Amino acid sequence: MRITQGTFAYLPDFTDEEITQQAQYAIDNGWPLSVEFTDDPHPRNNYWEMWGLPMFDLTDAAGVLYEVNECRKAYPSHYIKLNAYDAHYGRQTTALSFIVNRPAVEPGFRLDRQGGPGRQVRYTIHPYALDKPKGDRY
Amino acid sequence: MTEAPRGRSGFGMAAPGRLPADAGPGEAEGSQAALLPDDALLPDDASVNLAAERKAAGIDDLLDALDRELVGLAPIKRRIQEIAALLLVDRVRARFGLAAARPSLHMCFTGAPGTGKTTVALRMAELLHRVGYLRRGHLVAVTRDDLVGQYVGHTAPKTKEVLKRAMGGVLFIDEAYYLYRADNERDYGQESIEILLQVMENQRDDIVVILAGYKDRMDTFFASNPGMSSRIAHHLDFPEYSLDELAAIAQLMLSEVRYRLSGEAEATLREYLSRRMVQPRFANARSVRNALERARLRHANRLLGEPDRAWTKDDLMRLEPEDFLVSRVFQAALDGRGPEGA
Repeated sequence: MRITQGTFAYLPDFTDEEITQQAQYAIDNGWPLSVEFTDDPHPRNNYWEMWGLPMFDLTDAAGVLYEVNECRKAYPSHYIKLNAYDAHYGRQTTALSFIVNRPAVEPGFRLDRQGGPGRQVRYTIHPYALDKPKGDRY
Repeated sequence: MTEAPRGRSGFGMAAPGRLPADAGPGEAEGSQAALLPDDALLPDDASVNLAAERKAAGIDDLLDALDRELVGLAPIKRRIQEIAALLLVDRVRARFGLAAARPSLHMCFTGAPGTGKTTVALRMAELLHRVGYLRRGHLVAVTRDDLVGQYVGHTAPKTKEVLKRAMGGVLFIDEAYYLYRADNERDYGQESIEILLQVMENQRDDIVVILAGYKDRMDTFFASNPGMSSRIAHHLDFPEYSLDELAAIAQLMLSEVRYRLSGEAEATLREYLSRRMVQPRFANARSVRNALERARLRHANRLLGEPDRAWTKDDLMRLEPEDFLVSRVFQAALDGRGPEGA
């Protein structure tokens, strides 16, 4: 099951050139970019691991693609996303975030039902990948 | 081979309704062709007007400005012209489908202080941007401090960050020989050099590295880092300025700040320069600038010294011999003291 998180999630995966163009758009807007990766794609997992520090003071997106590729080399089958942070007063939030790398096989999620008091049922989703320990998931 | 990581099409997933990226017609031409506004190749029997191409690229203004604003430096200017010509011809060749390998343009500028290495590097960045070799054409000037870390594991991220900042433009490493310290084999400079070499080789599309420093010390640096030397195609040696050139530089600097020299002051300045040149720590154009800055101070003081007089616009612009004569360079001739300073 294909994970759809962040911007452009319903589009086909970006080529490196398209990633560079998006990163350049962010740089031109003055948004520093950062690379993050994870092997836990649960939608509520907000805190992915940081790949290095956010990249400030860049002029050209080649540096961003360089870091993305370095991260891909280290974690070829993890989820990797690119975040662009808009620090301008009044916004101060992530302005753009999209996935740039994903595992070849994505097992998806299962729905767990938990019986509560009375006939109440609580639902939760559980990524199949999480059944394995960290590092062995993809 | 530098194109290898570029052509990645998605992540092994075919996009519906789209050809894989490596099947596109433009890909095989390399990045040169991609820079052209019109992707269509010219037929074999077509001809091109190189003068018009030059004009379109806008390098003529740049080279003219270089000629006008930089005094002397004939060998440097010739090399810059050659590089501009090569890149222009490469661009035209690409339009005929004659894709050539992208030339390596990492450079080394050697020369005495104040001979214009940084200035030329700035112009070079601009030129390479105009002919389409660099995407942005900005210059990031760094020294050892910006590249080398202070503890284990600090150097690599530091160097990489600087390299990323310089991508799309020129990385100018001033006094690059400090990167390598022969006397300390555990110095982190070596690590920084290795990363530099790797990026200089693999990211040639994205970055031009210019090393700068004194001639003899750069030679020692290259002798102990043969890998670095072989990856640098252009070794440019900046000659020292002659007295005439220094005087011309002074005139240029003054006209920039709207001052001028009176007839006698011109002779005094030449006298000053000829004395200063033979003294230690002479830094060519930089010393000229300092001398002029001090002359301006004395000029201002001289005007304020006579509060009752009315000064014309010309007085405010004109430097007189006495603005230079107070200098210690002239005093030193009298009592044999050191140069520089007041």
